[in-house]
Amino acid sequence: MSLVEAFGGGLIGWASMFSLLLLLIGLAFGLIRLTIGPTLADRVVALDFITVLAVSFIAVLAVATGEPAILDVAIALALVGFLGTVAFARYAERRSLQAKAPLHSKDVQDKLQENKDDR
Amino acid sequence: MIVDIITAILMVIGSALVCIAGLGLLRMPDLIIRMHASTKAGTLGAGLVLAAVGIHFVDVAVASRAVAAILFLLLTAPVAAHMIGRAAYRTDLKLWERNIMDELRESETLRRREAEVQAQNARDAGSTSSSSAP
Repeated sequence: MSLVEAFGGGLIGWASMFSLLLLLIGLAFGLIRLTIGPTLADRVVALDFITVLAVSFIAVLAVATGEPAILDVAIALALVGFLGTVAFARYAERRSLQAKAPLHSKDVQDKLQENKDDR
Repeated sequence: MIVDIITAILMVIGSALVCIAGLGLLRMPDLIIRMHASTKAGTLGAGLVLAAVGIHFVDVAVASRAVAAILFLLLTAPVAAHMIGRAAYRTDLKLWERNIMDELRESETLRRREAEVQAQNARDAGSTSSSSAP
């Protein structure tokens, strides 16, 4: 029970311990989904979830250690995580469009037609 | 003492919700349903934990920062989920095999069919007018 003692003991120490355990289980679930996720979008969703989980982790640590300054880290992490998710989503969308584009775009088809004519 | 009890309850409930959101993220059958689990339950859980922080330090500065963090999470989570969902829908999204409804696809096919019918009508009108002219 030395970990509970490290968090100040008492009700808050026990509650922090239990919360950290639950968050750790959630982190394990998120990491499994990040590993097996069949598509890129699944992995982006898992990363977004892990960011939210890290924010709550930091909040629990702020309570456990009695240090309110850690909360600023949580806010900054939420901001960066949101920007990262948006950037990933735009990247996935653009990558799929580029993968589809050569089949449909007109100049590529014209070029293919020219090659056929040369032969 | 009361503050400690409220903090402990909010913290444990919030962490349990985040844990359940992780379970949903792992077990749900397709991307959209997984997002439904992780986005909503995860945001609510993190919000409850942040509320516990705001209550625990009986201090206006800390509480206002916690409220700002909660508001920020509530504002950004739907935007991020919407962007991921749109990107996934425009790439090849595989829906669950027991899914019975895809209203976005239905509305798009309906719109395309209406456009085709209008084009057909315009062509018919053009041909009748040109045939009746001479």
